[in-house]
Amino acid sequence: MLGPEEGVMQSRAQAMEAVFSLITDQPVIVCNGFPSREAYKIRDRAQNFYMIGSMGAAAGIGLGVALERPHEKVIVFDGDGNVLMSLGTLATVGALKPKNFIHVVFDNEVYGSTGNQPTYSRVVCLDKVAKAVGYVNVERVRERDDILYEFKAMLNQDGPSMLLIKVNEQIEDVDRVPLDPDAIAARFQTALNRSSTR
Amino acid sequence: MIESDEFVKSLQHMGCNFFTGVPDTILGGIIAYLMEQRLYTPAVREDEAVAMASGAYLAGRIPVVLMQNSGLGNSLNVLASLNLIYRIPCLLIISWRGFQGKDAPEHLVIGQTLPQLLETLKIPYRTLSLETLTEDFSWTARTFMDQRIPVALLLKKGLVKTVQP
Repeated sequence: MLGPEEGVMQSRAQAMEAVFSLITDQPVIVCNGFPSREAYKIRDRAQNFYMIGSMGAAAGIGLGVALERPHEKVIVFDGDGNVLMSLGTLATVGALKPKNFIHVVFDNEVYGSTGNQPTYSRVVCLDKVAKAVGYVNVERVRERDDILYEFKAMLNQDGPSMLLIKVNEQIEDVDRVPLDPDAIAARFQTALNRSSTR
Repeated sequence: MIESDEFVKSLQHMGCNFFTGVPDTILGGIIAYLMEQRLYTPAVREDEAVAMASGAYLAGRIPVVLMQNSGLGNSLNVLASLNLIYRIPCLLIISWRGFQGKDAPEHLVIGQTLPQLLETLKIPYRTLSLETLTEDFSWTARTFMDQRIPVALLLKKGLVKTVQP
């Protein structure tokens, strides 16, 4: 049997596209840098909250949404550099145990938005950290089929869950998110309120 | 001096309904009461608390973040590159350690520069006092709603009853 490190590695955009293919109307908070730009290009939707700054804050924002929306899954698209910057937030998630929190970490082992300087995720397994602090479901994958299988399972399980996807360093040719920050917030807020009054 | 529950009820009266933060002795009584009421979600860092509060706001809550002024230092980036530009408000209740230079050494620099830090960031603030409390709270609610940015209330030692560490 092939181990998770032996399959074909995807680019982050390919992995993100696979995850998006299973997302219906769930809110998604996307960390800053290229992940937000790629998410905008792959599937812009009102339920996406694109961060353009505040590196490290994606999981905290997602946690705030998840605590107030216990009956819908809340998804965070994060990066290894972002997770490492706020490693303490993993402890907060592990302690509070929001069942509806899904943390998708696209781990390319570099600070890809600033020139591919290496991160410590090359030697520190963030999935093991998540497991240690109390995430309920933790999976480490790299192949498209495994991404689809595990993410689909997490959509139907009680969390908190972390899907760590090992991806390569390739970055899409994408522009900055062309929306004003306050427009991103207002649009996301309206979409959330609409889903709560359904 | 006022009781912690009275202070929290004033916040609730303004509509505040999500409370997070990182403790300080000055905030001890307020946090103890909030925990007793199961209203408080502890954070491990102040910038995480601000991020959580921001998520809660987007989901329809009126959030409060409690922190020592040292935690404002930890929060500068998230306030600058999230709340202020996305217009995501929150009420910051900041305990003012090092006020007038009377505190342990680690509080003196931040204690002296607290008002200037907030002014530089263009975060509106007021220093709470017993005499002006009602007016301070109504100013806070007005500013929060009109400007949709973080608003700070500075809390000095001795205004709200606390618990002994």
